[in-house]
Amino acid sequence: MSVAAAPPPALAETAPRRRTQRSFTGLFFTAPFLAVFAFVFVTPVLYALYLSFFRDRLVGGRSFVGVENYVQVFGDAKFWEGAGRVGLFLAVQVPVMLALALVAALAIDSARLYGTGFFRIAIFLPYAVPGVVAVLMWGFMYGDRFGLAGNINDLLGSQVLAPLTPQWILVAIGNIVTWQFVGYNMLIFYSSLKTIPSELYEAAAIDGAGPLRIVRAIKIPALRGAIVIATIFSIIGSMQLFNEPNILRTIVPNVISTFYTPNMYAYNLSFVGQQVTYAATVAIVMGVITGVIAYVVQLRGQREATR
Amino acid sequence: MDARTHRRPRAVLAAVALVATLGLTACSGGDDGGSGGGGGGDASADAVDAALEKGGEITYWTWTPSAEAQVAAFEDAYPNVKVKLVDTAAAADHNLRLQNAITAGSGAPDVAQLEYQSLPQFVLPGSLVDLTEYGFADLEDKYTASTWGSVTIQDGIWGLPQDSGPMALFYNKRVFDENGITVPTTWDEYVEAGRKLHAADPTKYITNDAGGDAGFGTSMIWQAGGRPFQVDGETVTIDLQDEGAQRWADTWNTLVQEELVSEISGWSDEWFAALADGSIASLPIGAWMPGVLESGAAGGSGDWAVAPMPTYDGGEAVTAENGGSAQVVLEQSKNKALAAGFLRWLNSSQDSIDVFLESGGFPATVADLESDDFLNQESEYFGGQQINKVLVDAANSVGKGWQYLPWQAYANSIYSDTVGQSYLNRADINDGLKAWQEQNVTYGQEQGYTVEEG
Repeated sequence: MSVAAAPPPALAETAPRRRTQRSFTGLFFTAPFLAVFAFVFVTPVLYALYLSFFRDRLVGGRSFVGVENYVQVFGDAKFWEGAGRVGLFLAVQVPVMLALALVAALAIDSARLYGTGFFRIAIFLPYAVPGVVAVLMWGFMYGDRFGLAGNINDLLGSQVLAPLTPQWILVAIGNIVTWQFVGYNMLIFYSSLKTIPSELYEAAAIDGAGPLRIVRAIKIPALRGAIVIATIFSIIGSMQLFNEPNILRTIVPNVISTFYTPNMYAYNLSFVGQQVTYAATVAIVMGVITGVIAYVVQLRGQREATR
Repeated sequence: MDARTHRRPRAVLAAVALVATLGLTACSGGDDGGSGGGGGGDASADAVDAALEKGGEITYWTWTPSAEAQVAAFEDAYPNVKVKLVDTAAAADHNLRLQNAITAGSGAPDVAQLEYQSLPQFVLPGSLVDLTEYGFADLEDKYTASTWGSVTIQDGIWGLPQDSGPMALFYNKRVFDENGITVPTTWDEYVEAGRKLHAADPTKYITNDAGGDAGFGTSMIWQAGGRPFQVDGETVTIDLQDEGAQRWADTWNTLVQEELVSEISGWSDEWFAALADGSIASLPIGAWMPGVLESGAAGGSGDWAVAPMPTYDGGEAVTAENGGSAQVVLEQSKNKALAAGFLRWLNSSQDSIDVFLESGGFPATVADLESDDFLNQESEYFGGQQINKVLVDAANSVGKGWQYLPWQAYANSIYSDTVGQSYLNRADINDGLKAWQEQNVTYGQEQGYTVEEG
């Protein structure tokens, strides 16, 4: 770890004196960030990477196993089941959530909505509810014996609503996440819309563009960067799905397995199964997969922007 | 989902994902902590007495309701000692926190409560102090054979028993009487009673079992004569399809598949409500239940009664332990002699045990189990029944030779992934048990054990 932090000595000697001073000043200003960055970011990653080459056993203790853990992850049905599940979640939930957030942002930006401030705060409010509380609250509403779902079923005299069954649980989780994060993403979009200079709108109005045309020709293109950012945040969030299923699991332990998402799998391996090193491997593989997907989205976003 | 709140330079975005995932595991790494070596000074019963006299401060983690009163009584008796009490609320989280503190190498308490089934998991990696050196072997005669057996593993004494949980059939007498149901003495009669009750009143169930509770499943297999886990040093034999396991699974299949058991999870608010109003009409459960019923389901007062566990053949009474825990001293403790002194007082002095009994606990000490006061006590909650007579009989008829896995906590955590799926799909529980066995065999082998399948 110290190796990575040390400056390359050869470069320091050959560089001219003035330049050295300048880079020292830069370093001085970034030092607080770099120190924290190294401590809470680089070190844990390197440590996890180091751990992933070992195996802990109750009998025999820790031993070096090379890439054996990685080989095991690639053949691990539990891991891939979880990874596939968050992949499906990502493919469905993220577009739905971002579309809703986009519509909401355009609506409050349209200046045609009465009580804009109220709508903005109302849509954003779920984000201010602590995640655990939100899931517990939804868990109660989802209950088909005691909750809102049960009441609606009683009212209709049928069993149409069953959010806590294997068929619907992922949708139920998606609903919670969407409810929580639409407001947050809406704010990203809204703040981006606010930066559009009003001259553009004036010009568009002079050219005779209607509201829909303005949305298509001015607002959406201006939002492109914000959409890419929001998408990447959402992808990372989806890949790390943990709180919602882990808390709902306490209500329906049979419906949500201990490896329901890769993060839950890593958590249970590490804290219940004492397989810290294998959990580190799972985390690294999942981190790389997330990074690749996020990077592809970012590249695509940039290409679109330059086109 | 915290990552969505982060705002970082783009280049870092991908790495954010990586580190947030890693943070989860990295903090649990670290050394196994120091091992060997005493807490300073020579270790003996005299050293314990000296440490108690000298005093100091220790930390105690527990979820026992009477702990606060016990600690207060202890501090009165030994004014030089200060005990910092931490209420860890429930066994599962407690184990997790304890395991993390041990792995981290600091932050573990001096004395902690552990369920009997979790002991091997902490004994084998050397996280606990062998209390033999503090003269604890002299205390053996105080405890029932089954609880003493639970704390002595591999020729060491790793804790002192706090309580025990021999299973009995707790039933709602009012509901049974109203529906003309007699107390079942065999499991066939129990199934029949379940059918009759649910047919007479569809809102009522003979019992609840959501299928996620491994502690219940293993105890029921134990009661049915199954001995699926055998541990001999580093060799573990697993047979979750032995005669007893199948006998239980076959009986329970009928109850689950005919939807005669309620799917309410144990220990939920809903569970306590259902126990209070009688919609869950009976529970085969450990002898510590009276205190839980009194505090959690006060509305059921006067309705409940206790009977011996039904048997499979209608013959001699046999039961199993369900839960129950011991207190242990941790290797991480800086003052082991003092910790041992507190533990000795906590679970073997009459002053402490009296406080424990007052809170409705079920003791592990022979003298208390046999005392007339205890046996003749009439419980108001149970309509004046002398429940301790039934429960002490149960304590004396616990089936012998049961062992837990050295990784029981992990095994229990994947119970719902395997056996739970049988419940969910109303499929054969035997298939779930086979899947559970398979995953445990794999895990055991990965952990370096020689695992044999029976």
